[in-house]
Amino acid sequence: MPAHAELTAAFRSALASDALPPGVTARDPTETVRRFAVYRNNVAHSLARALAARFPVIERLLGAQFFAALAREFLTAHPPVSPMLFRWGEAFPGFLHSFPPLADYPYLPDVARLEWLRGEAYHAPDASAAGPAQLAQAAQEPAARGARLHPSVRILQADYAALTIWQANQPEAVPPAELDAGIPESVLILRDAADQVRVLPLRTGDPAFLQALMHGATLLAAAEAALRHQPGHDPGPLLLTLAQAGAITAFPYGKTPQ
Amino acid sequence: MTVLPAAPGLGFKPEHFPAIRETRPELGFFEIHAENYMGAGGPPHRQLTALRQDYAISLHGVGLSIGGPGRLDADHLARLRALVDRYQPESFSEHLAWSSHGAEYLNDLLPLPYTPETLNIVCDHIDEVQDRLGRRMLLENPATYVLFQQSTLTETDFLTQIARRTGCGLLLDINNVFVSTTNHRTDARAYLADFPLDKVGEIHLGGHAEEELPSGPLLIDDHGSPVADPVWVLYAETVARTGALPTLIEWDNDVPPFAELLAEARRAAGILDGVNGGCLARAC
Repeated sequence: MPAHAELTAAFRSALASDALPPGVTARDPTETVRRFAVYRNNVAHSLARALAARFPVIERLLGAQFFAALAREFLTAHPPVSPMLFRWGEAFPGFLHSFPPLADYPYLPDVARLEWLRGEAYHAPDASAAGPAQLAQAAQEPAARGARLHPSVRILQADYAALTIWQANQPEAVPPAELDAGIPESVLILRDAADQVRVLPLRTGDPAFLQALMHGATLLAAAEAALRHQPGHDPGPLLLTLAQAGAITAFPYGKTPQ
Repeated sequence: MTVLPAAPGLGFKPEHFPAIRETRPELGFFEIHAENYMGAGGPPHRQLTALRQDYAISLHGVGLSIGGPGRLDADHLARLRALVDRYQPESFSEHLAWSSHGAEYLNDLLPLPYTPETLNIVCDHIDEVQDRLGRRMLLENPATYVLFQQSTLTETDFLTQIARRTGCGLLLDINNVFVSTTNHRTDARAYLADFPLDKVGEIHLGGHAEEELPSGPLLIDDHGSPVADPVWVLYAETVARTGALPTLIEWDNDVPPFAELLAEARRAAGILDGVNGGCLARAC
């Protein structure tokens, strides 16, 4: 192996051990270990901070010290593979799920999924909202038209109260006296017309309605899909929310139900 | 191709965007970290588009791993090219360091020995970057904490040869000079005397942290505080020799309110006003 490839490989190994790479030294060689530790610390600390920036509520729930230790474990198991650190952490919810010391906190993975999807929504492509005239026209032909959702729209169907926990742990929030983490919640995540990422509760039937639209169904077929999940489901409030947020970009002619 | 104005600039922080839009401060440029603008859309691009209308932009990469042994990441180069095409920045710069090992990204600017082998590697990488981006780049001198027994060239000699062989310019980080020379118990003025100042297209100034070791101070380049007084002195001495140069104030951790950054930029402006009779290098 060429010398530089060999050296960087040894340097990388030494970042995760007590060893020193061959040839690394200092003006006072007795201080080499302390000086090399600056790199070890920079790598671990900067990546832990990057993960905390992506999952601030998880950090808040676990405390900074526990989170920093957890981040080091995660970093070892799932190191970033791109300099675009905002894409690092997709495996974090699953990691939380399988991390034995956190077995008593089964809601954490769902909260982490919500944070991950918020980040995806933040960086999603831009798209202009459909205007009120298009909405009015589409409302006349629900059996023919679907609704194209903004690229930032995400749906989280959580087994736990991810949204309630997330909201209670915002910096300005007053946490409720009692919180039942065990209530399943479905959440709509989107970036609105003012470029704000929003998280909104979904009612039973809403996820089926949205998923049908995302698959190209007509408004009518999507409403029927929602009814199969929730008798009496009315898609009106959700459509209004989406329209007001600028989260519908077009009302194309949709697929007829299979 | 246009160049950065020979005036102070600031690193752009999204939390300062409202203050910048409201006050439109007089600054030579804003510098952005390229990797933060590689998402598809959303606030980062909206803010950068707005910023670009009012200011010159310096695109500063932190993830290309120019000093690493492997091939440069072609996807990452393509993303940089897309940013260059979209925003037409006045400058693109990167670091004399490595930050990836294989596919793994380490998120730090790691050091390399200065040898004929690494000189060839770095020159090949810079040739490739300049070819792929269709422009001259600036390469930044590192802050280092260790030395390599393998090194056969000094850092200034290494940078001089890179600039000569590739035609790239240099980004002189004076805080890094102070940090490295203090850490290695050498002389910052001697380093700057050896530095090819005619190749410098931009200066960086930032803050550092200090620890005490038995042999003396260990400085850490953490960009988390104001520029230290000895760094200001070295800066004034340097621009007295070069004339005014684009000068970035870097403050990336524990970022203060915008007014505090602006005060640092004004301090740099005061020093630049004193050189070349106050005229800008580009106009002189």
